[in-house]
This record gives sequence, structure tokens and C-alpha cells, in this order.
Amino acid sequence: MSSLSELEPEIVPTDVAERRVRGRSPLQLAWARFRDDKVALTFLVILVLIVVFAVLAPLWASWTDHPYSATFPKTGLDVNGQPVGPSKDFWLGADQLGRDVLVRAAYGARISLLVGIAAAAVASIVGVLVGTLAGYVGGWTDGFLARVMDITLALPYLLIAITLAVTFQVQSVAGSLTMTIAVIAFFSFAATGRIIRGQVMSIKQKEFIEAARSLGAGRGRIMIVDVLPNLVAQITVLASLLIPTSIVFESTLSFLGVGVRPPMPSWGAMLGEGSEVFQTAWWLLVVPAVLLLLTTLSFNLLGDAIRDAMDPRADRQSGGK
Amino acid sequence: MLRYVIRRLLYAVLVLWLVSTLVFVFLHLSPTSVERTIGGPRASTETLEQIRRNLGLDKPVLVQYFSWLGHLLKGDLGQSYLNGTSVASIIANRLPTTLWLVAGAGVIWFIGGVASGVYSATHPRSGADRIITGTVLIGLSLPSFVMALVLLYVFSTKLGELGVHYFEAGPPLQEHFFQRMILPWIGLAFLMVATYTRLTRGSMLDVLGEDYIRTARSKGISERRVIYRHGLRSALTPVVTQFGIDIGALIGSTIVIERVFGLQGVGQLVYQSINLGDTPVIIGVTLMVTLFVVVANLIVDIGYSFLDPRVRLA
Repeated sequence: MSSLSELEPEIVPTDVAERRVRGRSPLQLAWARFRDDKVALTFLVILVLIVVFAVLAPLWASWTDHPYSATFPKTGLDVNGQPVGPSKDFWLGADQLGRDVLVRAAYGARISLLVGIAAAAVASIVGVLVGTLAGYVGGWTDGFLARVMDITLALPYLLIAITLAVTFQVQSVAGSLTMTIAVIAFFSFAATGRIIRGQVMSIKQKEFIEAARSLGAGRGRIMIVDVLPNLVAQITVLASLLIPTSIVFESTLSFLGVGVRPPMPSWGAMLGEGSEVFQTAWWLLVVPAVLLLLTTLSFNLLGDAIRDAMDPRADRQSGGK
Repeated sequence: MLRYVIRRLLYAVLVLWLVSTLVFVFLHLSPTSVERTIGGPRASTETLEQIRRNLGLDKPVLVQYFSWLGHLLKGDLGQSYLNGTSVASIIANRLPTTLWLVAGAGVIWFIGGVASGVYSATHPRSGADRIITGTVLIGLSLPSFVMALVLLYVFSTKLGELGVHYFEAGPPLQEHFFQRMILPWIGLAFLMVATYTRLTRGSMLDVLGEDYIRTARSKGISERRVIYRHGLRSALTPVVTQFGIDIGALIGSTIVIERVFGLQGVGQLVYQSINLGDTPVIIGVTLMVTLFVVVANLIVDIGYSFLDPRVRLA
């Protein structure tokens, strides 16, 4: 890799010491490394396309004149009541009720991205708070919080998630969205929290924390000003890898019928509802499955690439992808 | 050592109690009314009231809770609301299917994951390594139900022998056992193979960088022997640890696979019970699944602390 050499700290010979060495922030360095990663860049483009596809969902609906929950038994189903395949009217075919798969997939993309990002954000914030508190304060607080995280990780999550979803049967789309995000965040924060806790415990032993304390800084100030900035890279990576797992979680819940409520489409629900007619209508399997795979794959690859780019010690020869 | 084991055991009991109480509370907040399921949509208010009385649901929640806890301590999981059969016998009836599913998938993912992980680590940057790591990423990104649906789609149309009719409920498990189980096994194992390839590869690369591997090589031992006798042995420790934890946890994650392939295991049972509001069965299964997880963790922790004395101090 030719560009790697330009990342090496430049050894400036004394005679040309006047030549200015351009200072680069860690973020600039990370971006420079990221730019070299062709695979990650490709998937970044794919992800942007998926986001555009999701954002423009109402546009597809108005172009095709097919609202996402409207059924078209006359044009969308053939004489035998089977869904029609990709055609001029239905670009990606129709589903078993004669609804437009393209439009529904676009709205499903909104749900997947929204739930994935929101759940990952909530889980990361809670995880970082709990982890930092447990790791820094120690003692009883740590004993309690660490146990809570252990127990959360030991729970049969899918089973309890379904029980929860059925218990708090929310009929509205917005309510079920909030519920799904909350359930996913609840089962995901502990993994982040545990890692952050370990990191904070080791940072706590460093000299600069002792220096801050001797200068009279309080616990809260040290946690926010001294400890957290050292974890930004780690938190970014953890959060970006939480997005694809949250998307998978949401699609699984929706597939089982306990995620986002119909008529709001979601990729998981589309796969669940269409599974009866896959044998004759392959597009009902292929369209949501491919979109789901591309989205999670992009997030996973980007997460890995961010980790490689942000870690100055990352061994790019043998590690990672 | 004994103190460590006792502490872990007490902790395991605490987790079991917490989980079951949590589920108990949730289910009593649930608006799904089992009397409606039993009585049917046309049942009169009196009939519904009668059903509630028969099931003991008219008593205060706390009374119900302690009566349930008392039975539980005697090892009695109670009876199904729907047909009065004991929960233990219902679960015992469904458990073999799920255990076979998890056991078979476990064999596939462990062997598959370790084999491809070792190959990948010993041939870094080769074409096969790239293919393996690429497949791993796909495996990690694809929800297991999607994998299962794709398998079902591909094989039930292309191969009549493995057709969908095998997956319908009805025939006992022994009938066409392998034909029926192979796709669910692969569906369940796919994600785990990916995880284990990654884990083995990382662990193997770490170990192969150790000094004693260099020493072994410099003694003139064949490369094969260095990798398998010296390297793989210590590289496998974290992998086996993780395997113990995952195989317990997986019992609770078979719901999706069992639904896709129509296997009548514990996962299907709990899914159906949740939708019908059959509380005793749901709590029974949750307890059993948590027990599997906790026991697996316990075995791993205790086994690990025998191997590595530092763990006990933590």
C-alpha cells in the first residue's frame, strides 16, 4: 500500500527543520486510512443508496400511485389470485394481497434504519452511562450494576422479548415502534456496558486521572472531562456495530409478528407474511432478503473499517477483514 | 474452591428466581385473557368468571405468586390453563426435538467454525482466506430466519426428496430424521459457524505468534505437528469456553428456526403459548431455558477456574 507510507510520522532531518510538518488530528488520520479501504468505500456508497431509497419512499408511492398499505386486487393479483411478478406497473412485483413490493420495501427500509439507529443509540448511551458509573465509582455501585449486566446477558432474550411485546400489546404503529426500540435497547446495552466498564477501570489507574484528582476535580468532572474522551473511538466502533445487530433483531421480531405493527411494512414482516407463497412468488423472498443483507453487511463492514481506521495500532496485515 | 462453587450456585439460583418472577409479573400485566381463548368469543361474562375461578385467577396476584412459588419449590411447574396437562410433561414431550436441533447444529458449527478458522489463520491472505472471511461477514449479517427461508426455498423446489411436506407437523421425529433435520441444522448453525471461524482465527493467530511456537518450529518439528499439537490445543481454550455458553443460550433462540421448518419443539411451544396466554407453560419454558443458560455458564466458569486459577480471585 503506497499511501501507508505517508501516514508514517515524518522524520524531519535537522537541516530542513524549517519545512513545516503538517499537523493532523486523529480524525484526519482515521479518515485518511478509511479512504484507502476500497471495500468499505463501496459499501458506504451502497448504504447511502439505501438511505436515499428509504428517504424517498413517498416519492415511489406517488410515482407508482401505490400507497404502501393499499391493496390492488385487480392489477396486483392474477386471475388465480396469485401475486403478479415484476412488471411495468409493479417494478418489484406485488405481494399476496396485491400491494406494491417496491413501495413497501422502501417504507420497510425506513423502519429498519430508524429502529437500528435509534436502538443502537439508546443502547450505547445507556451502556456507556452504566459502564462508566460501574467502572469509575466501584464498590457497591459496581457490584450491583455489573450483576444487572450479567443477568441481562444471561436472559433468553428472544423469548422474553416476545413475552414483552405480547404483554404490552401496542396497536398503534408509533407505539409498537417505541416498544421495539426499547426492547432491543434493553437487551443490547449490557454488552457495551461491560466493555466500557473494563476500559474505565483501566483508565482509572492512569496517572492523569490521579493528576486531575489532585487538582481537586470531582468524580463527575473526571468521568466526563477526563475518562470519556479517551473512549470516543471505542464507543464509536461499538455503536456502529450495534446498528446491524439491532436491525437483525427488529427483523426477527417483525418476522414473528411481534415487532412493528401492520399495516406499516417492515422487511421482517414482509418475509413472514410472504413465506406462504415464496414457491410461486420468489420476489417476496428475494427483495426484502437482499435489502436486509446489504444493509446489515454495509454496517458491519463500515464498523470494521472504522475500527481499523481509528486504532493506530491496528495490524492491517493480519487482523480485521 | 468450594466457596467459589457455592457462590456461583447461589448466584445461579438468584438468576432463576429473578427471571421467573420477572416473567410472572409481565404476564399478569398482559391484556391477553386466557379465559377468552378457552371460552371462545361468544362466552358469557358468567362463563368467563367461572373459568377464571377454576384457574385460580380471581385471587390477588400476590396469593397467586406465592402459591406458584410454593409449587415450584416442590418441583411442580403447574398445569397448562388450556388442557390441564402438567407443564413438565408438555415440555418433556417437546424437548427432544429442540435438543436434537441444537446438538446437531452444535456439531456442525463447532467443526465447521474451527476447521475454517484454522485454515484461514494458517493461510493468511490466501484466496481461500479471503473467501472464508467474506462468507463469515455474510453469515454475521444475515438473520438466521432469512437463511432458513432461503434454504427452504432452494431445497424444497429443487429437491423433491427434501420437500416441505417433511417439515409439516405430524410424523414422529424418528421418521426421516436426517432428511428433516439437515436444513434446520444448517439454518441454525450458519451464523454460529461465522462467529466461530472469527473466534478460532483470531485465537489461532494470537497463539501462533507466541514464543513457544517459534521454539517448537526451531526444534524441527513438522509444521503440521506445530499447528495441530502445539498451536490448536491452546488456541481452542477460549473457543470451547464460548461454545459452552452459546449451546445453552441457543436453546432459547430456536423459536425462529422451529417456526420456519414447522418443527414441534420447545420454541414453537412457547410461541404458541404466548399467543394463547397460557401463562404456566410460558413460565415453565422460560425457567427451563434460563436453567440451560445458567448451568452452561456454571460448568464453563467452574471448569475454567480449574484450568486458570486467576479466575477464582476475580
